[in-house]
Amino acid sequence: MPLNIDWQQILLHWMNLAILAGGLYFLFYKPVRQFMEKREAHYQQLDRQAEEKLEQAGQMKAAAEAKLAAVEDEAHEVRAKAQAAAQQAAGAQLEQAGKQAKQIVDKARAEAEQHRERALRESQRELRELAAQAARKLASTPGTDPFDYFLDLTEGGEKHEGS
Amino acid sequence: MNHRKRGIAFWLLAILLLLAGALLTGSPGRTESVQEAMRDAVLHDTGRISLFGLKEVNPGMISAIFTTVILLAAAVLARLLIIPRFQYVPGKLQLLLEETVGLFDRMAKENSPHRNGFLGLYIFSAGTYIFVGTLSELLGLQVITIHGHPITLPAPLSDINAAIALGCLSYLVILSGGIAGNGVRGIWKGLKEFSLPISMSFRLFGALLSGLLVTELVYYFVRLSFVLPVVVGVMFTLLHAVIQTYVLTMLTALYYGEVSEHIRHK
Repeated sequence: MPLNIDWQQILLHWMNLAILAGGLYFLFYKPVRQFMEKREAHYQQLDRQAEEKLEQAGQMKAAAEAKLAAVEDEAHEVRAKAQAAAQQAAGAQLEQAGKQAKQIVDKARAEAEQHRERALRESQRELRELAAQAARKLASTPGTDPFDYFLDLTEGGEKHEGS
Repeated sequence: MNHRKRGIAFWLLAILLLLAGALLTGSPGRTESVQEAMRDAVLHDTGRISLFGLKEVNPGMISAIFTTVILLAAAVLARLLIIPRFQYVPGKLQLLLEETVGLFDRMAKENSPHRNGFLGLYIFSAGTYIFVGTLSELLGLQVITIHGHPITLPAPLSDINAAIALGCLSYLVILSGGIAGNGVRGIWKGLKEFSLPISMSFRLFGALLSGLLVTELVYYFVRLSFVLPVVVGVMFTLLHAVIQTYVLTMLTALYYGEVSEHIRHK
């Protein structure tokens, strides 16, 4: 063969390469690759776990924010209710006070009316008594103007201005 | 300070003594001319070695076996001593080992995203074989030919048979990717790149043989054997190791990805 090409030696080289490839595969290539894949899987798992934790933290944050918003709404509602109740109570008290004031005024007015009527009745009675007294005196003292005498009596026994 | 100066003086003296010794001892006499050495480096028709008494093979075959033994021994040591102690936060050695696997694994995934399991393993094996095999040349291991002459083991791929084996195997891997990805159509896709086994084989052979020939030439003459081999031997070998590893693995991954990509019907 030209260039001393020897097929037997070529086959021997192939056999040598096959032994080398097989040996390197089982002794070196495969274990190293397996380790590299294992490490990659480990870091991917760590990455996934970190992402999951991040996601969970995000969800917890969203839940906390929602809860906070709900609590704020509730507080707002409670405050509004309390405000409404307070306003209602104040209104009721105001109404009650108004009623009481009206009752007091009415009572005072009634009492005043009663006083006035009593005073009127008293004065009328006194007037009648005076009139009766005057009439009796007139009847007992002739020559006196009964009207003047009446006026004198009313002015406390003093002579009135015209007499 | 005196201790340091004494050390430097001792080192220079040792160099001078070794140089004088090399010059005074002289060469035992050349067993072959430069033409014969060059021809033998290419054809290996005289410098053949017995493979366990079974067959006479080229030195490249012995280098290939030696490289495989070295790699498998390193793999066994790594499997027993280093890999069980791997940590999630890697140290320097772990990082180096992981990067060795990760480099070829990424190359396979980037060039053939749809199918890369076997490709990753193949280019990892081929890449480490080319790289370590080429660097093994630097060790300068000596073996005895069937004629009783000592020769230095060359890089495995400077042997045409090893280069053809690796080139054709890479092509078969590419073809297998086509079949796995596209069935019968994949064979046609792979066969369209019929020049690949030849180009891959002879690229490897040519690149590594040229390095070997330059080294042979340099070492042939005693006067060129001082200082120059540091540049020619080490730098050329390192460059060859990196470049040829990259070229073969990249081409294999690229063509594998191309032929194994599923054909979409319009």
